[in-house]
Amino acid sequence: MKKLLTGNEAVARGAYESGVTLAAAYPGTPSTEILENVSKYKEIYSEWSPNEKVALEVAIGGSIAGARTLAAMKHVGINVAADPLFTFAYTGVNGGCIIISADDPGMHSSQNEQDNRYYAKAAKLAMLEPSDSQETKDFVKEGYRISEEYNIPVLLRLTTRICHSKGLVEESNRESVEIKQYEKNIPKYVATPANGRKLHIDLEDRLIKLEEYSNNTHLNTIEWNDKKIGVISSGVAYQYAKEVFGENASFLKLGFTFPLPKEKIKNFASEVEKLYVIEELEPFLETEIKAMGIKVIGKEYIPLTGELNPDIIRESLLNKKVEKINRNEEMIIGRPPTMCAGCPHRGLFYELSKKKNVVVTGDIGCYTLGSAPPLSTMDTCICMGSSISAGHGFNKACEVNGVDKKVVGVIGDSTFFHSGITGLIDIVYNKGNSVTIILDNRITGMTGHQENPGTGYTLMGEEAPQIDITKLCESIGVKDIKTVNPLDLSETKKAIEESLKLDVPSVIITKYPCVLKKSTQEEIEDYGLDRKACVVESTECRKCKMCLKSGCPAISFEQDKGSIIDENMCVGCDVCLQICPFDVIKKVGE
Amino acid sequence: MNKVKNVLLVGVGGQGIILASKILSAGLISAGYDVKMSEVHGMAQRGGSVTTQIRYGSKVYSPIIGKGQADVIVAFEQMEAARWIDYLRPEGKIIVNDYKIPSAPILIGEREYPKNILDDLKSKANVSLVKGFKLAKELGNVRTQNIIMIGALIEFIDIDGVEWNEILKENIKEKHVDLNIEALTMGKGLLD
Ligand code: SF4
Ligand code: SF4
Repeated sequence: MKKLLTGNEAVARGAYESGVTLAAAYPGTPSTEILENVSKYKEIYSEWSPNEKVALEVAIGGSIAGARTLAAMKHVGINVAADPLFTFAYTGVNGGCIIISADDPGMHSSQNEQDNRYYAKAAKLAMLEPSDSQETKDFVKEGYRISEEYNIPVLLRLTTRICHSKGLVEESNRESVEIKQYEKNIPKYVATPANGRKLHIDLEDRLIKLEEYSNNTHLNTIEWNDKKIGVISSGVAYQYAKEVFGENASFLKLGFTFPLPKEKIKNFASEVEKLYVIEELEPFLETEIKAMGIKVIGKEYIPLTGELNPDIIRESLLNKKVEKINRNEEMIIGRPPTMCAGCPHRGLFYELSKKKNVVVTGDIGCYTLGSAPPLSTMDTCICMGSSISAGHGFNKACEVNGVDKKVVGVIGDSTFFHSGITGLIDIVYNKGNSVTIILDNRITGMTGHQENPGTGYTLMGEEAPQIDITKLCESIGVKDIKTVNPLDLSETKKAIEESLKLDVPSVIITKYPCVLKKSTQEEIEDYGLDRKACVVESTECRKCKMCLKSGCPAISFEQDKGSIIDENMCVGCDVCLQICPFDVIKKVGE
Repeated sequence: MNKVKNVLLVGVGGQGIILASKILSAGLISAGYDVKMSEVHGMAQRGGSVTTQIRYGSKVYSPIIGKGQADVIVAFEQMEAARWIDYLRPEGKIIVNDYKIPSAPILIGEREYPKNILDDLKSKANVSLVKGFKLAKELGNVRTQNIIMIGALIEFIDIDGVEWNEILKENIKEKHVDLNIEALTMGKGLLD
């Protein structure tokens, strides 16, 4: 039966049909839904690992044991996993293994738009680039065959438009793949220098065989039409090119993009008059093809940055302007994402925003939105886990250079487990004194509420031990640890002030469940979650706009009426009520 | 059936646009079309601007379209209509929900919600206005706005042989199905 599936759902389906029995990931847009969908198949053990490196290592272990395995991550996640990745190509697989890199051209939800096709070349992995949902599923299945036949991990490179676009997919049954026998093989699996040298030579041999495969596989196909124009393309860029040129050009569509099918490319190039390489982001194909001595047109017209679309191709290569209606720019006001009404991070950021001479190093998560006005409480944000360590570096640099500044690092609970903990160990060990604030909202918020080691449940829905953040910090030697309710402003303020005075590393845990999270009965009781909405007594509002500094989207302001709280949005967190200097915000019905 | 048609649904996170797209896509598939659908995800869910693009025809390549290419836009909110109008083909149709959701700069008093959006749109495009909020409220649940809008859309694009009520049943929680069938029927009658 044909079903409308996203690329991410298609990966999950493909893994299921290929007989995969183990999958691991750390959530990250646009890859998150891959594991969420894999976990729906009972046949597959699936887990959220604390970070991408661990997820890949779990998949590697499973592969060595003989199972078909999968590790999924967003593009920047591959950076975290890069260490085992490179050696994995040397050792090769036992059970087939696919690693998914979900790149984000256009940065819909990322801090950069790196093109991870270079990872395949750098780490020497076989690479597949599907161009729609059906292909994604098919390529996963073919990927496991390649991985096992050529003894190599396969990088399946997706992009946001593949991950989150839906197309029709034909589903089939699960292959029954038996776990391969594991045999102890020290020269293959133990990458000491002596073994590694041999493994590298062996890997180069496998790559030569893979290039032969690349030249012959149906994943790389030529579609002959008019030979005046030839187009070489891969991934979703192929769909855009096809949309623009249709039958007016011949296509070499590349689905298997490392190693490249050099013979096929030469043959194709020799038959067409003008050759375009159409690819999103970097000139990955273009550089390789040019190095073969073939003349192509590419990045001089197709932009290096941002997400590609058919329009850009039409305008840049065909010089065709599309007739369109003009927007009236005055009528368009930005609609940036904001922290939700009643978000527990808001109270903390409100208090932090009032601190002068304090540098806030931030991290990746919902709370990154604390950098937006009116809170604007963040000085840096680099990558997962960097808040604590970059904060420590900032702090030390100030110290040695006699600059008087206090540093506060803010990090979410899930991010702390991901890679924040090592930074904190560094602070303790190297005698820093910056303040670390762990924003524990009891869930992984940004990516849409995934379980993590602090939540008490696994991806597969089983109960799990909850890692106690306080005890964890204690055990690595943090002497000053406070837990506060971030919606209680005076308590939060007091904790921040006390910690800033200390000369030793300190941790403040702001503990309160995410407003969007489905709460357990226990949480409802513990946190008093049954809150009534607030109202402004409009006749008494003094229009000082102080409450607007909370940045709560439920509060709006009108010149004649003063502040107004949208009763449907307000969750009664009381932060604005505590801020209002004139006590005119009240609970409904009080 | 050969020509690919482009539909854009635009609005604000939380307005039920993803569900509306799902229902529309399911209908188009049951009518025998090849369908591709693309949505913007991620941070947009936190009160940001949300769009989904639905393309259907006998064979669809790209999941997304460019400016000036949409045959129909359904705007669930006024300012979003103004934001996405340049995606409409000059001879296309935009169905606008007469509803305003202020964004963060408006909420904090930095900017004011723009006036005369509808007049501006009418001066340059073929606009149909739907009083989605008012009608949904009359139905007894403001959350049915999305289905009212979809009703208006499917009447306009006029596809044959789709059992919309069945599709609603498959995609909506049982206890809300009847209400949503009503909303869809109401939406269908709105454009003349
Ligand atoms: S803080 Fe109080 S007095 Fe000031 S604008 Fe808000 S509600 Fe009115
Ligand atoms: S109580 Fe105030 S700050 Fe909290 S959700 Fe309601 S309006 Fe927003």
